[in-house]
Amino acid sequence: MAEKTLLRLVACGSVDDGKSTLIGRLLYDLGSIPDDTLEALERDSKTAGTRGGELDFALLVDGLMAEREQGITIDVAYRYFATETRKFIVADGPGHTQYTRNMATAASNADVAVLLIDARKGVLTQTRRHAFIASLMGVKQVVLAITKMDLIGYARERYDEIVADFVELAGALDLPRLAAIPVSGVSGDNVATRSAATPWYDGPTLIELLESAEPRESDRADKPLRMAVQSVVRPDQDFRGFAGRLSSGAAKPGDAVRILPSGRTAKIARIVTADGDLERAVAGQSVTLTLDHEVDCSRGDVIAAADAPCEIADQFQASIIWMSDTPLYPGRRYTMKIGAAQANATITEIRHAFDIDTFQQTPAKQLEPNAIGVCNISLDRDIPFDPFEQNRETGGFILIDQDTNETAGAGLIHFALRRAHNVHWQALEIDRDAHAAIKAQRPAILWFTGLSGAGKSTIANLVEKRLVSLGRHTVLLDGDNIRHGLNRDLGFTQADRVENIRRVAEVAKLMADAGLIVLVAFISPFRAERELARSLAKDGEFFEVFVDVPLAVAEERDAKGLYKKARAGQLKNFTGIDSPYEAPEHAEIHIDAAITSPADAAEAIVAKIAERIAR
Amino acid sequence: MASETLTHLQALEAESIHILRETAAETERPVMLYSMGKDSGVLLHLAKKAFLPAKQPFTLLHVDTTWKFRDMYAMRDAAAAAHNLVVYRNPDAVERGVNPFDHGSETHTQVWKTEGLRRALTEYGFDAAIGGARRDEEKSRAKERVFSLRSAHQRWDPKNQRPELWSLYNTKKRPGESFRVFPLSNWTELDVWQYIEAENIPIIPLYLSAERKVVQRSGAWIMVDDERMRLEPGETPQVKRVRFRTLGCYPLSGAVESDAASVADIIREILSSRASERQGRLIDSDTPSSMEKKKQEGYF
Repeated sequence: MAEKTLLRLVACGSVDDGKSTLIGRLLYDLGSIPDDTLEALERDSKTAGTRGGELDFALLVDGLMAEREQGITIDVAYRYFATETRKFIVADGPGHTQYTRNMATAASNADVAVLLIDARKGVLTQTRRHAFIASLMGVKQVVLAITKMDLIGYARERYDEIVADFVELAGALDLPRLAAIPVSGVSGDNVATRSAATPWYDGPTLIELLESAEPRESDRADKPLRMAVQSVVRPDQDFRGFAGRLSSGAAKPGDAVRILPSGRTAKIARIVTADGDLERAVAGQSVTLTLDHEVDCSRGDVIAAADAPCEIADQFQASIIWMSDTPLYPGRRYTMKIGAAQANATITEIRHAFDIDTFQQTPAKQLEPNAIGVCNISLDRDIPFDPFEQNRETGGFILIDQDTNETAGAGLIHFALRRAHNVHWQALEIDRDAHAAIKAQRPAILWFTGLSGAGKSTIANLVEKRLVSLGRHTVLLDGDNIRHGLNRDLGFTQADRVENIRRVAEVAKLMADAGLIVLVAFISPFRAERELARSLAKDGEFFEVFVDVPLAVAEERDAKGLYKKARAGQLKNFTGIDSPYEAPEHAEIHIDAAITSPADAAEAIVAKIAERIAR
Repeated sequence: MASETLTHLQALEAESIHILRETAAETERPVMLYSMGKDSGVLLHLAKKAFLPAKQPFTLLHVDTTWKFRDMYAMRDAAAAAHNLVVYRNPDAVERGVNPFDHGSETHTQVWKTEGLRRALTEYGFDAAIGGARRDEEKSRAKERVFSLRSAHQRWDPKNQRPELWSLYNTKKRPGESFRVFPLSNWTELDVWQYIEAENIPIIPLYLSAERKVVQRSGAWIMVDDERMRLEPGETPQVKRVRFRTLGCYPLSGAVESDAASVADIIREILSSRASERQGRLIDSDTPSSMEKKKQEGYF
């Protein structure tokens, strides 16, 4: 009785196509709705229903207060039902708002996509989008549920027409396994029982279809072994095991494995579980492996079949689904999480975005919320991976915003741009310390940030003069000046501002490596880029100098007349006016420039760094 | 294993173990909420499996209300003998003598459980609280994440949840923020009972049918578990064969009439009956969408 299999579905459809009603109907027909819930439903159907007092199944699944009030669904919800042979998990994503984000999330674990089409409306833009995302996320099996058949008098011609439209669409999207079925959630046609109203349809019911659908990657146990190591289990001196869940393949004692990214090999000694040692473990199982000899292996490593290991790389091409409200800018740094591993990741290039209505490639300099693009991505370390097509657990990743901690995007690795073993840092014989030593100082980066007109350049100039008079070797990178040369190809859009600062941060690092005390005077309005600059510097070497004036003061000074222009609408994306300034939260040096003279400010800064730069 | 495809219970078990291991690896001071119920029993069992042969690394926390069933306290004390278990009673509730009779179920639950949990997590500095809640229990839980972020004030923001793709959980947080972690998210009540049966997990006898002294109140059978139970005019305790589908404070937990005397009986009963599990909980129906509100405030 307990021997069921598990199948995960994603249900997708547009507004008002009856998705909630169909899911509610499935739950109802399978007896997954308890009596008291049913009573509440009868009550609610009379007061809040849209069916004139008849059972309104949609009310069963619209969970959050805000949703019930507005009659919309705002987040992915999970539903559960079971038949004699299968347990089903339905990820139910809303059709309208944030559809890309929600649909991608709901599809990530799905075996089958149930795609709803309102028989009266046919294939809509929304249908195209959902089919596109299902295909992108690797859900190749689609059940097309043509709903509201009762409202078109169960007309076969209309049904055939819609199916033909969708078959054409599916052909463009690599959705090879397609089944279509005429249903009505309201009257239950062809959901649990064959409908007398559609004698021309001789296929299975929806439930029969779902019971016989094959799980995605049903062959994953036959693929090479992959297990991301979640933790090292070390209760005492005598036991050292590696805990994880097999994402593909099988393992048995004696199998040769390779630890990645190190590449070291060993043999599996035991497969330890609470139910005793296993002779064999397969994909999907959580186990603890021990190896026949001690090898270096820690959380984030992947244990793979020795003769068919994952690839290792630090640069990839990947499809990225952007989920944050803040656009994705090339150059900004994110935390990548893949398997149990983490790395710092930078999008180095957006190859193109997709128009998800037409599936065409479109050029893009940034990815807007809910956009999808193909990008090049670069990491600060090597990671083991497989192409997403082969294994979603070792090929799917998320990107986390390092400032807000939100999950900003999801990605699917396509291929490595270069193999890691071809890349080496050139070992330099004259290192940074040697460079600094002949200058009798220690390098530092002073990063001045603040509104236009705050006095960054003025103060930075005074600091540099003072340092030079003390015999220090310095260089000053000034925003306006750099924009005339190195960065003259960049404008003032958010994407260009991010790139502007990224380049300067890299230059500042190179100059610090050369032993110099680097002064950088840039508005640098975004916290994330300043943090990037900080992360490139050695510990204790980076001083964020916040030249702090109220906007009103800077605007009144308006030495370059820029605020006047911005207010007049002649300058777009001007920081403080129509582009945000994110003030530092923990600047090493805070100058209240409204009440401090530039000379006093410079003196304070030099005093503050004196000890750090002395050798 | 006969076939290469896992059964649904094997798949659920493997997923929950994965979640527990992620929690242990990525949080600093995780705690496992222990309520003595069947879901707690399953969680504890899974935690043992997840870390074997090492000991399960979580402290257990029981947020007490002083109004649980006597059987539950016996079960808790047994667990305390085998694990590192903290019992927390909200000092504010202790001082005010909050109880379901004088203060009503809403205030009682709010002060003892919601605020009690909040204070316990803050005072002990736990940054991840593992709970046995499942998405099938209640409509607003259907949208809950596996790793659910709570603000420094322990509040849940349902409109600003992090998307969870594949088996990847974003465990980044700022100082003061914490997670509620729900390893049983994808389990149903039936799954839990089938697993208890398959794994022979000990359960509290209150789940099994027995003759118990009860009174009928708001359409539910309330057990007269000790002398503190206040009877309303006209109420006379009677002896009925009843059992509990969920357990909480005894004056607020409704029993159902049942002859299910074993776990196998319970499974048969669930398969044939359709009364939803939280029905016996008087607190969920206080006000419309009351579970969602409680969750926003920090209730489990």
